[in-house]
Amino acid sequence: MLRAALKSLLGRKLRLLMSTFAIVLGVGFVSGSLIFGDTLNRSFTALFASTVGDVVVRPAGSGDAMAPSTVTIPASLQEELAAVDGAARADGNITTVGVYVIGENGQPVGGSGPPALGGNYSDAPAGHGLEGLELLEGRMPEKAGEVALDDLTAEKAGYSIGDTVPLVTTTKTPELEVTVVGILGFGHGGSLNGATFTAFDTRTAQELFLDGKDAYNDYWVTAEPGVTQEELRERVAEVLPPGLEAVTGDVAADEAASALLDQLSFITTFLLIFAVIALVVGSFLIVNTFSILVAQRSRELALLRALGASRRQVKWMVLVEAAVLGLVGAGLGLGLGVLLFLGIRLVFAQFGLDLSTTPMVFDLTTVLAALAIGVGVTMVAAWLPARRTGKIPPVAALRDDIALPETTLRRRFLIGTLAVVLGGVGIGLALFGSPPFAGYLLGVGALAVLLGVAAASPVLARPVLGGAHALFRRTHGMVGQLAGQNLQRNPRRTAATASALMIGLALCTTMAIVGSSAKASVDRAVSENFVGDYVISNVFALGFSPSIADRAAELDGVDSVTRIRFQYAERGGDLLLVQGVDPATLTDTLDVQLKQGELSSLTTKRNLLISESVADDEGLALGDRVRIDVPAGTVAFTVSGIYADNPLLDGGYLMGMETFAKAGYQPVDNFVFVGLADGADRQAVRSGLDRLVEKQKMLSVKDQEGLAEEARGPIDQLLTLIYGLLALALVIAVLGIVNTLALSVIERTREIGLLRAIGLSRRQLRRMIRLESMVISFLGALLGVVLGLVFGWVLLTDLADEGLEVISIPVVQLGGFLVVSLLVGVLAAVLPARRAAKLDVLQAIADE
Amino acid sequence: MTSEAAARVVHLTKTYGAGNAQVRALDDVTVEFAAGEFTAVMGPSGSGKSTLMHCCAALDTADSGEVRLGSTVLNGLSDNELTRLRRDEIGFIFQSFNLVPTLTARENILLPLSIAGRSPEKAWFDSVIETVGLGDRLHHKPKELSGGQQQRVAVARALVSRPSIVFADEPTGNLDSQSGAEVLNLLRRSVDQHGQTIVMVTHDPVAAAHTDRVLFLADGTVVDELRHPDREQVLEVMTAMTAAQVARAAESD
Repeated sequence: MLRAALKSLLGRKLRLLMSTFAIVLGVGFVSGSLIFGDTLNRSFTALFASTVGDVVVRPAGSGDAMAPSTVTIPASLQEELAAVDGAARADGNITTVGVYVIGENGQPVGGSGPPALGGNYSDAPAGHGLEGLELLEGRMPEKAGEVALDDLTAEKAGYSIGDTVPLVTTTKTPELEVTVVGILGFGHGGSLNGATFTAFDTRTAQELFLDGKDAYNDYWVTAEPGVTQEELRERVAEVLPPGLEAVTGDVAADEAASALLDQLSFITTFLLIFAVIALVVGSFLIVNTFSILVAQRSRELALLRALGASRRQVKWMVLVEAAVLGLVGAGLGLGLGVLLFLGIRLVFAQFGLDLSTTPMVFDLTTVLAALAIGVGVTMVAAWLPARRTGKIPPVAALRDDIALPETTLRRRFLIGTLAVVLGGVGIGLALFGSPPFAGYLLGVGALAVLLGVAAASPVLARPVLGGAHALFRRTHGMVGQLAGQNLQRNPRRTAATASALMIGLALCTTMAIVGSSAKASVDRAVSENFVGDYVISNVFALGFSPSIADRAAELDGVDSVTRIRFQYAERGGDLLLVQGVDPATLTDTLDVQLKQGELSSLTTKRNLLISESVADDEGLALGDRVRIDVPAGTVAFTVSGIYADNPLLDGGYLMGMETFAKAGYQPVDNFVFVGLADGADRQAVRSGLDRLVEKQKMLSVKDQEGLAEEARGPIDQLLTLIYGLLALALVIAVLGIVNTLALSVIERTREIGLLRAIGLSRRQLRRMIRLESMVISFLGALLGVVLGLVFGWVLLTDLADEGLEVISIPVVQLGGFLVVSLLVGVLAAVLPARRAAKLDVLQAIADE
Repeated sequence: MTSEAAARVVHLTKTYGAGNAQVRALDDVTVEFAAGEFTAVMGPSGSGKSTLMHCCAALDTADSGEVRLGSTVLNGLSDNELTRLRRDEIGFIFQSFNLVPTLTARENILLPLSIAGRSPEKAWFDSVIETVGLGDRLHHKPKELSGGQQQRVAVARALVSRPSIVFADEPTGNLDSQSGAEVLNLLRRSVDQHGQTIVMVTHDPVAAAHTDRVLFLADGTVVDELRHPDREQVLEVMTAMTAAQVARAAESD
């Protein structure tokens, strides 16, 4: 039986290859994301292991997600730490972000992606005696105006020792000119994964980053040989003054790596989602292919049954074919996964995440997952058609008409409807109730609706097919009539083929609606809330020097300047965004509506304004005390007001500037809004502002429209990316149409021969198949767009709290999808139609 | 040979395969089919009778020789021209009915006209329907009709476009004798009443007895011909042919 199965596979290479394509894509996405995840993991684990000491002494509560803070440890502690029993040495570190090296091309190295680190340098070894960054060339910086750069940064920027380098910092000195005196690097070939590091001498670093205090951000304590990290940590902890903590290097490295990997986990999630889409769409293709193969071969299978093969044997013959197919798909998919990984690595290198020094991690689990998914999905999808082989009676071998008994459509319709209803209820609950795991419920509900519609589609398709039939009859006469009837001949197959396209288009439509609504929401948010004239910011809202706002305020014609600062904090383990504002100037350029309390209450220490949605979600009211972990420690703030949700203040927690600074955050602005005085010369102010940020390449000056455009930019980029990936799902669906048409041509060989014999021209024949193809893809597109509208609405309802307030339906774009689907139909018909037209009339008639 | 020829082949030769496996299906055949005549082509399997019909019917091309339908020479016509010829000038009746399963009887009958984008002449259509006697079954699908009824639909389809010639390939091969007789009578009537030219390939002497003329083929050549045959005459010729074949086979051994 095994040999019979393999033979039969080889006899149908091309068709099976098309079905395999979906498996290849799905497995490719899975393995690509696994390889990427593993490589990322190893890379950052290695990096962070060599950037911590044996024991790290740091301000208590300064989690890893927190930005570098203004909370410091006095330099006087160094001697005490070094004197701890078992400590070989203690070194103070100053580390900050936002020290950009401007390359010879005028652009900051690494762009706005990975952190631009700056600080002092010590030659202390990393934990477990690992070599940390070491001096590769030149000497260490000794005085102000001298720096050492890490080797990759120097190389990318095009600098070597002796060169003068412009720096941009977020400190009070926004621009610096320094000379490179040394090059740092990992002797063992590691890298900072794309981050840049600029080392100053300790005194200069203190002047620049710590307001000149003789202090450090943290200490590394190095263990003497034979002393473990934990032993040393315990001894160090004993001598620490309150407010400081000691952690082992291993713990600190783990914290840092896992925090970062958490932030990057969206990449693998994203890829896995597309893997699931490809596999779901692909399984439709496989179900269809195997159904048709089984139908075509029913006489052959009946012969096997007549010769004594049992039902089970025949069923397993089909399943073995599926398994082999899945295996081949998984193998090719693994190859694609590697290519995908290389592609992702290349793309991320563009954004500054440089993984080129880490070898690709190709785990056994990746291989096993690929095989399990490839074989599993194929076999599950082939299960239904395989089961139906059992219903072929042996006597069918002797009969002329070879029709498989079909299960009734009614049962399928009922099951589909049930799935849609259950899915709908799930979605409704998730949206309007507050069940646990609402997000999962929403996802599972949507999937149930999708599969339910797919199951019910043979019935749902009836009006569309009937309509197409009636239309074609009018427009194309007999050719149209034949095409229309062929479509209705096997509604199950027509609908299953269309369903694959439906899924892809449902997702495209959902994204189109969400994207369009997001952009409309951004536009409205900007126009309603930003009442000033200009804003200084960068696209990622990364911080910049507060001196920019100081200088902007001094420009002629500038009436008001509003700063907004963002930083992370934690509340009960959850990350949240706190924003620092100046209540005196906030409303000069922004429209902020207080629902309760007064804006001016922010001038009082430890007062906090929260947004309405935060008040609702967290159950907070005016006067409540909120404990928040900030760099300075855990602080109890008082809710002194509640403001109407505002997309420019979307963190939901507002502090006055003084409270913000006391919390230990660096004084770094993220947005500076500028209002003009009456009668000011707009052009002059604009060029004045432009000059201010001339050397700050990350920054730009925008008016309202520009800000909205900048905010729309990432949405467009994301949409493009998603469309690109969904296009793959569409390609799978189109292959499905090609497959179905090709098989239906084979099935109808005799009929086509007859039509040709009595005078149907090749052109008419091609048109007939083209019409069928167009209807299949239009049907898929129509179902998809309708479903996508529903999903889009659901998603927007769910996201209404997140600032997506405007629901915008891109009608033109959706109409475009439908039109494109017709073109896709034309395209998909090319090969099957050509094949049909090439049929030899005599042979076709004789074929029995 | 009466009046003008509806179809004529001259020195037609066609071989299949190559080398030892080579089969000469038609060996320098020259034949005319007169207009308004009902001709049967008979011969044992492999005698070339089907090939002859396929070549005349613009379904197949010969290696050499000329095929003429009316005044049109088929040699060298493009696929589109041949298709148009089949559509407008030729009617087909196949052994296995060959109806389009998704179309009703009426739609099947009108298929050649619909493909051409022409509408039927009401009077002619009615008379064809009347001749084939399907009045009440017109809106049934093929699978709801008996074999005899299906073949009558096929006959109606062949007649409806008023082709200059109808080719029938074993039209009674799949039918019981009663249904077969109905179909043969139908063909006979269309010749007698409408002057339709029909060429029928068959190996049934009963069927051949309905025709005006029987051509006998063996090994790719015309070996005999009967006019106004009856069943016994046909059987006689067939027996003689079989005997000759046996003799030849004995010689070559």
